[in-house]
Amino acid sequence: MRFLLTDEQSDFARTLRSLLGSAQVPAAVRAWADGDAAPGRALWSRLAGTGLFALAVPEAYEGAGLLPLELSLGFVELGRAGVPGPVVESAAASVLLAELADEALAKRFLPGLAQGETSATLTLPDGSPYALDADAATYCFTVSGAGELRWRGGPREPVRSTDPARRLSLPPAGGDDGGELLAAGPAVTRAAEAAGRWARLLTAAQCLGVGEALLARTVEYAKQRTQFGTPIGGFQAVKHRLADTLLDLEFARPLVWAAALSPGPGEVAAAKLAAGEASYRAAMTALQLHGAVGYTEELDLSLWLRKARPLRDAWGTPSACRAEVLRSLTPPRR
Amino acid sequence: MELAHTADVEAFRAEARTWLRAHVPARPLPSLETAEGFAAHREWEAVLHADRWSVVSWPEEYGGRGVDIVKWLVFEEEYWAAGAPGRVSQNGINLLAPTLFDHASPQQRARVLPSMASGEVIWAQAWSEPESGSDLASLTSRAVRTEGGWLLTGQKTWSSRAAFADRAFGIFRTDPDAPKPHQGLTYLMFDLRAPGVTVRPIGRLDGKPAFAELFLDQVFAPDEDVIGEPGQGWRIAMSTTGNERGLTLRSPGRFLAAADRLVGLWRTHGDPSDTALRDRVADAVVGARAYELFTWANASRFAAGGTIGAESSLNKVFWSQYDIALHETALDLLGADAELAEGEWAEPWVFSLAGPIYAGTNEIQRDIIAERLLGLPKGRR
Repeated sequence: MRFLLTDEQSDFARTLRSLLGSAQVPAAVRAWADGDAAPGRALWSRLAGTGLFALAVPEAYEGAGLLPLELSLGFVELGRAGVPGPVVESAAASVLLAELADEALAKRFLPGLAQGETSATLTLPDGSPYALDADAATYCFTVSGAGELRWRGGPREPVRSTDPARRLSLPPAGGDDGGELLAAGPAVTRAAEAAGRWARLLTAAQCLGVGEALLARTVEYAKQRTQFGTPIGGFQAVKHRLADTLLDLEFARPLVWAAALSPGPGEVAAAKLAAGEASYRAAMTALQLHGAVGYTEELDLSLWLRKARPLRDAWGTPSACRAEVLRSLTPPRR
Repeated sequence: MELAHTADVEAFRAEARTWLRAHVPARPLPSLETAEGFAAHREWEAVLHADRWSVVSWPEEYGGRGVDIVKWLVFEEEYWAAGAPGRVSQNGINLLAPTLFDHASPQQRARVLPSMASGEVIWAQAWSEPESGSDLASLTSRAVRTEGGWLLTGQKTWSSRAAFADRAFGIFRTDPDAPKPHQGLTYLMFDLRAPGVTVRPIGRLDGKPAFAELFLDQVFAPDEDVIGEPGQGWRIAMSTTGNERGLTLRSPGRFLAAADRLVGLWRTHGDPSDTALRDRVADAVVGARAYELFTWANASRFAAGGTIGAESSLNKVFWSQYDIALHETALDLLGADAELAEGEWAEPWVFSLAGPIYAGTNEIQRDIIAERLLGLPKGRR
């Protein structure tokens, strides 16, 4: 038992953090929200250089192997920096194709995804009907309830998200719109389940990073902002709210690690539940303690504030996660 | 990173499980907050001690097995999963013993620890005073030098287990002229049956004397019962509060077992259409797992040479809030039967209500978290 990151794992997270810290991510997020994906794509290329996307692709297809823990650490950093784009979906699509074990499909799609040259979005039968960032992704994969895996390209009708940097679209009415059928059958359904679990895990990791960013910014603000002649961070009501936010995040983190170590449905659901709730509560605390300035979209804080709620619900609402946790308990644990 | 245990740890687990299966009383003991239950729990301590299970983490010379924190946590998991009795000697084992290991002389350890391990001497904590709770450093009980020792005078309160315990430990003011309140304090042990001691049991919310008030009038404590140097009591006491809030006071095993019992209760008593209650059961399961994993992460840090400081305040706030939420969920599942005072969940619920109050209130803990972990300014309380 050694439930602690190795030096290598910590170094990887630190490298990503420093890269993202100097990458002017907020400008890329604002451009992304306006439909200009170029700065986001440039960011994507820099991330690919760290080997991040290869962590969801087996070595046989130019990946680094399926490494959920390292990938999760990376996604905490993506959340912390507020990176836009279908990052979770691209990784999940990679997992789906890897799990499908169809040599031809794997060779066709995985090397590009591993190298970050292509990106993908994904919808699954039990997930959200809205595809994230389909207008910017190279591929839009869908798995139907009947177990058909298809892909389509090209932009579709957008639907506005409460987070403008999450660009949603609905698949065309009537189901099959002529996208290419890649595979079908129970193997697709099984691979889609694995992909869904990974998507949930990586969203949990992203939530953790978003929550940490919100807390860090709010702590800094509370130290600087003065009222009644003293920094507001000295007031007990303010301190206690921030202490509770740290508490939520610190107890969500080990759940995310454990889920990455053994990504069973119950562990992943617990991680998503805790990280999603922690991040959303961190957002509510950040909003309250920033006061009216936090209620504006000018302040960069808004980039994380608006993300916290959709991420809490993406790839498994709290309610769905709670149900999964209880389902996974049968038979009892000991 | 790895969560699985070594074969050696799993062998230890199997040994503990086998022993507990053979020895845990088939019927729950009476509440340890009653005279009858206290005696029964003291006997249970002796049973544990006979096979060296009462203090597994202590060195063998004092009755322990010298196991590391990983094995201690595994033992605790097995202990609570087996439905074994609460530990009447926990104040001594969790609070005084770590202090003795860090600060006492070898002679003191040899004198005090074996009888603590066997349950022959049960220790009570005597820290708080009527005007000194969260502001503990303001305490006014005095210890005045006399030949061969000290004379203790003053009043202590909320002394857990003191209604039936044998001895107590606490801090006393030995230098009233010290420039700051936390200076000039001395850590002392004393006999609850010594001349000059009056013990007034205080009924908890459920009427059981879980703690007591102590009135001390020139109570003699010999020099050999001073822990560390006179005047250093505050520093020594603070090393104990870290233990209290940190790992040792509430092991995850206790909450894992409680969450399992809650899931059982939900399966037998839960209304499938009541999803709000179902969600709280799920939260209890996730909370126990989170606490378990948080503890394993801390244990790993220890093993790698790290320390736990203000992080223990995170621990304390988490488990104390968790404990209440879990027990409230159980009561809600029970419906009208929740009101029955002798029900299985009633006493643990009352016990849980004290969690945010003792071992440093959660308000104080949040101040510590905000100031030491987040770097926020000290400010108006």
